[in-house]
Amino acid sequence: MKHIAIIGGGPAGIESAASLAQLGYRVSLIEKSAELGGHLSQMFTLFPDGRNAAEVLSELIAHARQKNINVMLNTEVIDAQRNLSGFTITLSNQKTVTADALLIATGFRLFNVARKEEYGYGIYKNVINSLQMEKKLRTGDLTMANGQMPKRVVFLHCVGSRDEKVGNNYCSKVCCVTAVKQAIEIKKMNPEIETFCFYMDIRMFGPYYEELYREAQEKWKVVFVRGKISEAAENIDGRLQIKAEDTLIGKPLRMQCDMLVAMAGMESTADAKFAQTLNVARGLNRFYSSTDNYLRYNNTNVEGVFTAGTCTAPMNIIDTIANARAAALSIHQYFSK
Amino acid sequence: MWGYSIAKSQSIVYDQNDRTIINYVLEQEPSLRTCMACGGCTSTCSAGNLVPFNIRRLNTLLQRGEYSQVKKEIYNCMLCGKCTIVCPRGVNIRNVVLKTREAIMNSEKSDANDTNAI
Ligand SMILES: Cc1cc2nc3c(=O)[nH]c(=O)nc-3n(C[C@H](O)[C@H](O)[C@H](O)COP(=O)(O)OP(=O)(O)OC[C@H]3O[C@@H](n4cnc5c(N)ncnc54)[C@H](O)[C@@H]3O)c2cc1C
Ligand code: SF4
Ligand code: SF4
Ligand code: SF4
Repeated sequence: MKHIAIIGGGPAGIESAASLAQLGYRVSLIEKSAELGGHLSQMFTLFPDGRNAAEVLSELIAHARQKNINVMLNTEVIDAQRNLSGFTITLSNQKTVTADALLIATGFRLFNVARKEEYGYGIYKNVINSLQMEKKLRTGDLTMANGQMPKRVVFLHCVGSRDEKVGNNYCSKVCCVTAVKQAIEIKKMNPEIETFCFYMDIRMFGPYYEELYREAQEKWKVVFVRGKISEAAENIDGRLQIKAEDTLIGKPLRMQCDMLVAMAGMESTADAKFAQTLNVARGLNRFYSSTDNYLRYNNTNVEGVFTAGTCTAPMNIIDTIANARAAALSIHQYFSK
Repeated sequence: MWGYSIAKSQSIVYDQNDRTIINYVLEQEPSLRTCMACGGCTSTCSAGNLVPFNIRRLNTLLQRGEYSQVKKEIYNCMLCGKCTIVCPRGVNIRNVVLKTREAIMNSEKSDANDTNAI
């Protein structure tokens, strides 16, 4: 029985493990943190339909509860060597495992908002990133650093994406709809809070996303302003002063708010040491690249090494799961040759 | 104003607009083509917060061949370069301003020559 090592136990890793086991392979699902789920385990509800994230995760994990899947938690893949019989993988616990094929599912890293110094992330307490907002929603605690309820929350799109200044020219794809989702969730919890989205383009690429955008305007009174916020500063009273151009009017705009949520972009995890040792190719956006974007999306330049999920490009959970299944099938095709 | 000013078209009649100035600017500073109109430049602009001058809007007008406001306001730029520092597309805005001024000067010179010829 062929043995596949999957690096990363987020949605991509879990679902490809489940599919590979069903196809008759033995799988090691290696996750560096203490639990499976990746970024999904930090989420509250999911776009586009408001489905509870914990519910989706527990169903995913149930798929992977199969006898041929060995889940290794608190285990980071440090290095990997390719040899005649396959791969030898070095783990953080000093152990090694051997495998016939390798599936990389290491996901993404959230852009560090402190790199955009003009927003004062890490300096002003009420400037937070989108994952921190997800946590606020999950715990049901929308209060600011001083314990009070914010009167106005502003979402700032494209932080660390579409920005040559930080070296990320690509769009992170999910942050527009995430801002819309989070603005709606805030309104559901507390309709008194005003919510604004400052955007350059609104990208609603998936089914029912555009409808969610419209619902945000119509039902939840979320206001959309077209312009990139150029800076945020804290007033003496602790409120945040933001500056942008209202590009549809053609005038600079000033606004005060209580909380600024930076829709942080997704960054590649393809700088991992094991990937460098194996020489796995990366694209201009630094994510793993495919040997063919159409026909061999999950295949890398290294024979026997495959990829799945957001380690290849920003994507939502639906696409990640589909991509994970496709990766499993690609591996199956590889061994069926 | 009503009744006194020459009736100007309220729409951009793209095909009637002269492209000499914008073609010169795009040739000299091709980075302008990548502008995505985010407004970051206008938002940070030192001049635009004090006087009628919106660099993002002027650059858009410029690209459509709508020069009258550009000609009036482009000299308000203080060439401080703040806009260029923030631009997410790496447009060299400061140089766009310089090349626009140059192109306007050239076009005025050639207008003068034309008049002399008559
Ligand atoms: C704020 C925010 C909100 C979002 N909301 C939604 C939503 O509502 N709906 C939706 O569809 N999508 C949403 N997304 C997108 C969603 O997070 C991704 O689609 C999904 O998490 C991708 O799964 P993944 O498995 O590819 O990566 P990840 O979730 O990043 O999982 C990767 C896993 O690999 C592990 N790993 C990495 N390196 C190693 C290593 N060397 N060894 C061992 N383990 C390793 C990590 O610890 C992690 O557990 C949101 C994203 C953000 C940022
Ligand atoms: S999805 Fe929206 S917020 Fe995210 S990078 Fe793309 S345009 Fe910007
Ligand atoms: S900052 Fe750059 S991309 Fe944005 S409007 Fe100005 S020139 Fe265009
Ligand atoms: S260089 Fe000109 S356009 Fe740019 S910020 Fe300075 S004054 Fe404004």
